[in-house]
Amino acid sequence: MTKTLLSLSGISKQFDGKTVLDELSLTIDDGEFITLLGPSGCGKTTLLRMMAGFEHPDEGTVTLSGVDITQTPPEHRPLNTVFQNYALFPHMSVFDNVAYGLKMEKRPKAEIAERVEEALAMVQLEDFARRKPHQLSGGQQQRVAIARAVVKRPKMLLLDEPLSALDYKLRRTMQVELKRLQRELGITFVFVTHDQEEALSMSDRIVVLKDGHIQQLGTPREVYERPANVFTARFVGQTNFFPGRVTNIEGERISVDVFGLNRDLNKPSFRVAMKQSLHVLLRPEDIRVLAPDDTEGVAGKIVERNYKGSTLDSMIELEDGSHVMASEFFDEDDPTFDYSIGERVRVSWVDGWEWLLAEEGDEPLTDEEELAADDAEH
Amino acid sequence: MRWLSRSYLTLVYLLLYVPIVVLVVFSFNDSRTGYSWGGLSLRWYDSLFNNHAMVQAMWNSLWLALTAATVSTIIGALTALALHRYRFRGKRVLNGMLFVVMMSPEIVLAISLLGLFLLLGLKLGYVSLLLAHVTFCLPFVVITVMARLSGFDERLPEAARDLGASDFTMTRTVLIPVIMPALMAGWLLGFTLSMDDVVVSTFVSGPSYEILPLRIYSMVRVGLKPEVNALGTLLLVFSLVMLMLSQWILSRSKQ
Repeated sequence: MTKTLLSLSGISKQFDGKTVLDELSLTIDDGEFITLLGPSGCGKTTLLRMMAGFEHPDEGTVTLSGVDITQTPPEHRPLNTVFQNYALFPHMSVFDNVAYGLKMEKRPKAEIAERVEEALAMVQLEDFARRKPHQLSGGQQQRVAIARAVVKRPKMLLLDEPLSALDYKLRRTMQVELKRLQRELGITFVFVTHDQEEALSMSDRIVVLKDGHIQQLGTPREVYERPANVFTARFVGQTNFFPGRVTNIEGERISVDVFGLNRDLNKPSFRVAMKQSLHVLLRPEDIRVLAPDDTEGVAGKIVERNYKGSTLDSMIELEDGSHVMASEFFDEDDPTFDYSIGERVRVSWVDGWEWLLAEEGDEPLTDEEELAADDAEH
Repeated sequence: MRWLSRSYLTLVYLLLYVPIVVLVVFSFNDSRTGYSWGGLSLRWYDSLFNNHAMVQAMWNSLWLALTAATVSTIIGALTALALHRYRFRGKRVLNGMLFVVMMSPEIVLAISLLGLFLLLGLKLGYVSLLLAHVTFCLPFVVITVMARLSGFDERLPEAARDLGASDFTMTRTVLIPVIMPALMAGWLLGFTLSMDDVVVSTFVSGPSYEILPLRIYSMVRVGLKPEVNALGTLLLVFSLVMLMLSQWILSRSKQ
């Protein structure tokens, strides 16, 4: 039985007349790893700062273990934050940085020393206690910041894009390390990121945010495989959007016309009507690329190929000019398989791997979201 | 070209340092006239320290510089913090007004301060000097501290609050230590400015409180006494020590 640790209800916040959070409600369970994911300006950081107590909502309440903490200042909240740029105190040694929170609690000296050492051991920095922050690498500073935040044994750890300043490899290492820490400590982690890959690999649940609204709340698998709307589908991972048109409805099955192919698909959870247009979503790895003489699929030609090590990613241009992204794994039968630009192929997919979404007045991505989504892929 | 640039640099440094070297050398000159060499001697230092009025002026100046620098550092640091931290109406105007005080001719400041003190009926002496010195030191302190604050990580106070520090504790344990080098630099700047000010001091000092620059000035008017050379040398050594001290503090804080 999971119990609610923190709940936000009806939270609204404006900055200079601009709505950042709009009547947002969210409950966070004790012990979970929950990620707030979204492009910059979606309100994810404001939401986190509200949990920490640096911002106060214009409307709505924040409760922690049933106690209203909406107006409680940060120093009186049993939560701690790991800041984006670490925010280590530059004039203090690593030891003093980690000890700071315990000194504020006026703990006896012996206890402080013991707990600081314990926290530093946990992040493998026992030998660095006497160093100053500027003598450490980015990854080490990051670990000090984590040690400093967990040494107080908070009920909840808030992490504001803590890995964004690290290089790719170190980021992967830290992701694993954070997961390990979370398991060992059993503390609830609230993690803010714009990196969808990070969100998918670390979280128990993901909150997809845009314009101060929750777009989707679910497990990484739900968010990736069954996106609730076009935004989530575009923001989390790469997706092919095929235009579909309902040609027949029969019981739990519908027929959809996609690029002139008539496919029998499972009826989606939303209402469908005859001749309705809808999106047929397929992830690049769900696309099957067939030989040009195959009877199945739609004809097209390769316009781009990218060797990615474990996969071969290609862009296929269909005859009507639309583009399809495909990502194929190398297999044992043909380890040297490759495409040449201009090669003719046919495109198809396995029935049942598609995901249907209703058209939603179809707003295209804004430039900023496009950038954020691109950013998140690297 | 190389030859040219070297001789140019040599010339520049000669122009800068020859007067100073001459002053130091002649302070050890045994001759009564300032223009001929009469052998090594410490007699001018001796007569300097036996000149009661001079020693008194020295102490007065030191005390004035010390208090003016301290007062302006405290007020200046608080002003800088307010300008940095809070958004309020007229902030830009206040900011600009600092530069006005800094850029306006000293004589203008001197006349207006004198006018103000007379208007207030303030007796000219230590207090009027202190107020005047704090006034012209203030913008320099504010600007020094603001420069440091502009590079200050806004997350640091938040991190301290997050770890359980009250606003006051945060200021004491994080904010002040981090901006300490700027506070010291501002203080030293104020100290030096106060120490060698002549123009403003001429206007606002009274007979009850004579300070060193004015004393030297009146001495020199009668004729250049070798005592002045000795005094100049002492001041030079003093400023060098201060300079090295400030550099040492800055380099230590960077570690």
